Amino acid sequence: MRQFCIFAQNSHKLNNQDTICAISTPPGNGAIAVIRLSGDQAIQITDKVFYSGDKKKLAKQPANTIRHGTIKDKDKLVDEVVVSLFRSPNSYTGEDVVEISCHGATYIQQLLLRVLLKYGARLAKPGEFTMRAFMNGKMDLSQAEAVADLIASSSAASHRIALKQMRGGFSEEIRNLRNELLNFVSLIELELDFSEEDVEFADRKKLRNLVSRIYSIIHSLSESFSLGNVIKNGVPVAIVGKPNVGKSTLLNALLSEEKAIVSEIEGTTRDAIEDTVNIEGIIFRFIDTAGLRETSDFIENLGIRKTYQKIGQSKIVLLLVDAGDKIDIIGKSYKHILKQTRNDDKHIIIVVNKADRLDREELQNKFSKNEFSFLRKKDMRVIISAKDQKMVHRFAEKLVQTIKPETHGENDIIITNTRHYEALVNTGEALMRVKNGLEQNISVDLLAQDIREALHYLGEITGEITTDEILGNIFSKFCIGK
Amino acid sequence: MNKYDVIVIGAGHAGCEAAAAAANMGSKVMLITMDMTKIAEMSCNPAMGGIAKGQIIREIDALGGLSGVVTDETMIQFRMLNKSKGPAMWSPRAQNDRIKFSKMWREKLESIEKLDFWQDTVNKILIENGKAVGVKTNLEIKIKGKSVIITSGTFMNGLMHVGKVQKEGGRESQPASYGLSDQLKNIGFEVGRMKTGTPARIDGRSIDFSKLKEQKGDDEGKCFSFMNDEVEIKNEKSCFIAYTSREVHDILESGLDESPMYDGTIKSTGPRYCPSIESKIVTFSEKDKHQLFIEPEGENTIEYYINGFSSSLPLKVQYNAIRKIKGLEKAKIFRPGYAIEYDYFPPTQIKHTLETKKIKNLYFAGQVNGTTGYEEAGAQGLMAGINAHLKINKKNELILNRNEAYIGVLIDDLVTKGVDEPYRMFTSRAEYRILLRQDNADERLTEIGYKIGLASEERIKRKRKKYDKRNKIIDFLKKESVNPGEINGKLENLGTAIIKRRKKIYEILLRPQVSIYDLEDELAKVRNEFDGIKEMKSEILESAEIEIKYAGYIEREKKIAEKIMRLEKIKIKINIKYEKILSISTEGRQKLEKIRPKTIGQASRISGVSPSDVNVLLIYMGR
Repeated sequence: MRQFCIFAQNSHKLNNQDTICAISTPPGNGAIAVIRLSGDQAIQITDKVFYSGDKKKLAKQPANTIRHGTIKDKDKLVDEVVVSLFRSPNSYTGEDVVEISCHGATYIQQLLLRVLLKYGARLAKPGEFTMRAFMNGKMDLSQAEAVADLIASSSAASHRIALKQMRGGFSEEIRNLRNELLNFVSLIELELDFSEEDVEFADRKKLRNLVSRIYSIIHSLSESFSLGNVIKNGVPVAIVGKPNVGKSTLLNALLSEEKAIVSEIEGTTRDAIEDTVNIEGIIFRFIDTAGLRETSDFIENLGIRKTYQKIGQSKIVLLLVDAGDKIDIIGKSYKHILKQTRNDDKHIIIVVNKADRLDREELQNKFSKNEFSFLRKKDMRVIISAKDQKMVHRFAEKLVQTIKPETHGENDIIITNTRHYEALVNTGEALMRVKNGLEQNISVDLLAQDIREALHYLGEITGEITTDEILGNIFSKFCIGK
Repeated sequence: MNKYDVIVIGAGHAGCEAAAAAANMGSKVMLITMDMTKIAEMSCNPAMGGIAKGQIIREIDALGGLSGVVTDETMIQFRMLNKSKGPAMWSPRAQNDRIKFSKMWREKLESIEKLDFWQDTVNKILIENGKAVGVKTNLEIKIKGKSVIITSGTFMNGLMHVGKVQKEGGRESQPASYGLSDQLKNIGFEVGRMKTGTPARIDGRSIDFSKLKEQKGDDEGKCFSFMNDEVEIKNEKSCFIAYTSREVHDILESGLDESPMYDGTIKSTGPRYCPSIESKIVTFSEKDKHQLFIEPEGENTIEYYINGFSSSLPLKVQYNAIRKIKGLEKAKIFRPGYAIEYDYFPPTQIKHTLETKKIKNLYFAGQVNGTTGYEEAGAQGLMAGINAHLKINKKNELILNRNEAYIGVLIDDLVTKGVDEPYRMFTSRAEYRILLRQDNADERLTEIGYKIGLASEERIKRKRKKYDKRNKIIDFLKKESVNPGEINGKLENLGTAIIKRRKKIYEILLRPQVSIYDLEDELAKVRNEFDGIKEMKSEILESAEIEIKYAGYIEREKKIAEKIMRLEKIKIKINIKYEKILSISTEGRQKLEKIRPKTIGQASRISGVSPSDVNVLLIYMGR
């Protein structure tokens, strides 16, 4: 409901539309910045301050054209700009839109904005352009929500999901799901309203298979949420290891690997340090586990609940060990972590650090694959030296590979929207009750109660399945009417 | 002529209920019919009730209507349908004597003091200042009234088809009525056209019943009316099941080019759930046979009705096809099946009270609203009669909610969604199916019927007595316990687990295998307690059993209903300009503009108005 609330707060009368403006590029200095105006007066207001090179007024210009010129407040020159003109309804918001590209200095942006406000525009509230686009029928609710996600997305992968959702991939998957469910409901209602008719009713096995299939679609969609969320907010990686094992060195080495953003997330737990590193478009969020810093006794430390919590929140656990550590101690630690995360989809990577302390032959003997036969298939061991950039690079690649198979199916649908997620989970729970009811052979009118609940929740995403639709489906498939 | 409170046009199932309700509540009522011998005629099959429809008759009865009583007194077979399903699906159905049914209705109506009759055809509604004030008839008589209810069924501009033969009329051998729908069209009412049909009637003496499968009534008959304990069917008659065959289909197919349905003569929509036999063989050509029910028309008649064989093919084709049906090889036809087209008023033009939006004190009820079925018609007639009376007496209107009655679902569907084929009730149309059972219609509605002055003193006493006793039984079963030794034998017989220690009786009743009668059989203290029930015993025990066994489902549905009903409380301002809200889908905008829902709940039920449209509406309203 997050995005939804933004709209609700901003709601005002449609027939009393102000012309709004805002800086549409990110805050700060840049080469250029774009200021966008939208509303009935967007063109007139711009015309009051914009002097085109060819002396023509914007109001006389055709839509979808670009003009070069200057912005002046009376005689005072503000900036040399390029103006793009869009006319209603063929614009982002569906209203008349003018986009002014000016030079990127914060001072100029502010000045230009002030001039526009002076001549009749109003400063847009957060999300107001998108809200207008939504209100003017330019996009549906789930698209609008995707836009909100798009604006907030901070990595290439999350950008991709948001884009896909906007293109309606999600809607299509949901439409298939809806059809399956419609067929199921029709079979159920057929038994109730048309029990006196001479039609063949679906046998129990068919119904059970159908509901299982629908359930598994819903389940995989709602499962994708945790993945979608990971892509949006970063892949949590817990680092477990002794204090002197070289965690910060490793982190710093990875930081020098990444090409984009490095930031410290504020307001996370006090006893955990979080660093985000963007590698190949995927954000990794490294969580150093606090408990391990207090004492050097590793096994004892694992008993500390907070450490478990951190491990529990992560998608990948890095067990950082020293090349000098004994194999059986490493194995013990690994099994301990495994025990805590059993039946879990976490990947455990044993990172043998300080490889430079041993010579090559020694390393290969001591940390051969055979020695690590206790590892699960999804887990691995990596040997690095934080000082060796090549090794760090290879490690970074492995990190990406660990998570990539799950994120890379371009055609897979991934749920990133909390509202969709909740609806799917509720639908799934209701369907689970239907499944159980079918197995216990309870009468279908009682089953129908849960089916209706499932339809209701799914309807929050897909639009409702109406009784008219169900009856229509029945009449088209069965010969009803004595 | 005198000035009446309520004038009812048409004495079919809707008209009879409307006239009876208004008059019994105290209005002075005039009932106008073309033919006094055709009151409450069963124009189609001679049966009342069925799935969802049986529930409606129980509701009509619980409010104080008469359909249930008349059905009880004229039935020749009773079956409780869907008995193998949960109690929400149990649906009473009766086979009735067509002639007795009509006669019984007339007797009931004639015994109402404030009800007058006039045999004539109304051709005009008298309207003054946007308000109905009376009617004018073919005999040029003006009758004044404070309100007018139109229940003219299929008679307005009725046109019947048998093959290429077209005949004007509202029913076999009866003239259609003209003028009324044209007048209303001229003052701005939308008028639509619908189609329905009926099968041939045949001579029972020419049927070889030995070749058909007999379908008997239930051993234990039940009643439609809550006022009756028991109905004795003296001369029960069976129905019979027959089947069509490829041979029959071939003959029917050979007549398709003479079928008004397929040569383009009939353009209006017929019901998909009640298709003609020719539609069935065309739409489901892969089926080798279709099931037919041969239903008796009455106790003392040889006439039978071929349910499932409705047709407008030429008589010759119908005749030849029928004679290829096993058991009907020598069948003599009394009259052929026919299709009928008639005018109706798309029901989005009326309010929940059934009063038209355009003309005050004018009500539409029954088939004129695009519905089909005696039960659906009767329910609307009842509600129109009630609301006409309440309005002229300046009392609050009566609108039943969707969680209160199928009648509420019916009317809300009509006025909110409109119809695109003749509307019939199905249980799937009700969101709260488990609450809307046939056994508890009195619990849901009789207090309401009493409050508005329709349900009698006797009826309310009976209802209160029933539920007081029912609640005592539930308390008893919840309070009293039973030892393993007292019950385990029975439990073993019933194929359910024995108990190891003392248990409350109601816990045992929760098991699907155990019925309340098993407990009565086995446990002396239960028997003693039940022996204290002097009247309505089986209903009381049935109700107690349902309340205990299905408590979980009932509670859950009540909670959902309460949650959804909150949307009904969010009122929509009258003056919203929907066409300006472009983020609502085009279809949604048009529908909202046309129907102008009163609440968000109603808006959300309009077809074509999506949940995101409703969200936009909420945003627009500043919510």
